[in-house]
Amino acid sequence: MKQKVFSLLLATVFLSTGLLAQGKFFTKTGKVYFNCTGGIEPIEGTNKSTTCVLDSKSGAIQFSMLMKGFEFEKQLMMEHFNENYVETEKFPKATFVGQIANNSEINYAKDGTYPAKVKGKLTIHGETRDVEAPGKITVKGGKIIATSDFKVQLSDYKVGIPSIVKDKISNDVKINVDLLLDPLKG
Amino acid sequence: MRKTVLLVVLLVNVFVLAQAQKGEPDLLSLVDDGKKEKEFITNAFKATRVINGQSIEFLGNGVLDLRILHRFGFVNTGIKNLFGLDQANMRIGIDYGISKRVMVGFGRSNVNKELDVFVKYRPIWQADGPGGSPVSVVLVSGMTYNTLPWTNPNRENYITSRMGFYNQVIIGRKFSKSFSLQLAPIFVHRNLVDSITDNNDTYALGIGARMKLSNRVAFVMDYHPILAGRQTGTEDPMSIGFDIETGGHVFQLHFSNATGMNEKAFITETRGKFWKGDIRFGFNLSRVFTIVKPKTYRK
Repeated sequence: MKQKVFSLLLATVFLSTGLLAQGKFFTKTGKVYFNCTGGIEPIEGTNKSTTCVLDSKSGAIQFSMLMKGFEFEKQLMMEHFNENYVETEKFPKATFVGQIANNSEINYAKDGTYPAKVKGKLTIHGETRDVEAPGKITVKGGKIIATSDFKVQLSDYKVGIPSIVKDKISNDVKINVDLLLDPLKG
Repeated sequence: MRKTVLLVVLLVNVFVLAQAQKGEPDLLSLVDDGKKEKEFITNAFKATRVINGQSIEFLGNGVLDLRILHRFGFVNTGIKNLFGLDQANMRIGIDYGISKRVMVGFGRSNVNKELDVFVKYRPIWQADGPGGSPVSVVLVSGMTYNTLPWTNPNRENYITSRMGFYNQVIIGRKFSKSFSLQLAPIFVHRNLVDSITDNNDTYALGIGARMKLSNRVAFVMDYHPILAGRQTGTEDPMSIGFDIETGGHVFQLHFSNATGMNEKAFITETRGKFWKGDIRFGFNLSRVFTIVKPKTYRK
């Protein structure tokens, strides 16, 4: 009897967590690229270990990434990025908590490409700002490819640029997000 | 009995579901396996040298560092020598990072017209997370070669007499974002010394520390008390200074009693008494160039 109860409990808990996972998609290897070149020298970095979870039912979408995970062409640039600009030891993570505004227009059951509007709160360098970004969601064989290009301002996130490098670093940061989301199994 | 069981099961499930639906659902926790990755600690020091001595810091893979070092005369020689600036000793050198754990360097000082070459290896790298070491351990091995004319050309002189060697173990730790400390016992051997009473072997303990004052400025101290085999008439090299970072350069401005800019020279040839005012102004200028782009970097 006891065993039966226990297995029933276990089974239903699994079922309900399974229910929670249903319709959700995720990745841990999402790519985020940024570029804030101001002068001749390209200033750009890529993070290839961004975590993202998308709930296709509600349209909720959340990101988390370790800022230290940004890779640069130049070691010195990486050092400056971590030490002087975004202070990764003090603010290790960047997060985004948001919503696909037009989620009802996206049919996750049918292959195709859908435009998406994402709204939410982006936290970088300990500062949180509302952002809106246009994106594209491609449903293909049960997986989702999500891409987005948008811009943020360094000054909004209190990333200080010393005057000596003012013309090398642009305050406008172009951000490019590229994700391949797999279905989340509960 | 059966009813209560069913009720409990139901409640547990409702609880699980309710937890997840509450407010802004935390979707990320669904994929968080709680595993922490091993993370190597970087930027314990601004440069690969504390001031005179080697630090636990390395150049990146494929990075070349052009280093220009100056040591002026004693500040206490006064205005007639422009507080030592009339007299300049320098070393120009190139370091190169072969991998993240191995670097080599080469340089020439005008003091004794001396060449020096070293290899530096980091077997243990301080890291956070599972299996991470609390300290970094670095090994340095180098050689110096004096190219001055023989002081006594009449006797039989050997090429090997121009050589000196040093071996060092550095144990260091970045304690916090701003504070790093290292202990670095060093052994210096000179093949030829001035007189019969001098020691060929000298042992010293390097103590290096950094305290960051801001993101771009740090206070550094580099002290090498000599433990055994002191060359007659020499003092313990002591240096204090500031690391200042501007774009691609690191300036290390400091005051020191040492003239030598390689390990053999500053450990066995420092004659100034730091605490009696025999202090020199000096600077290290470092400019790095990326020669080989990292393979992992892809747009």
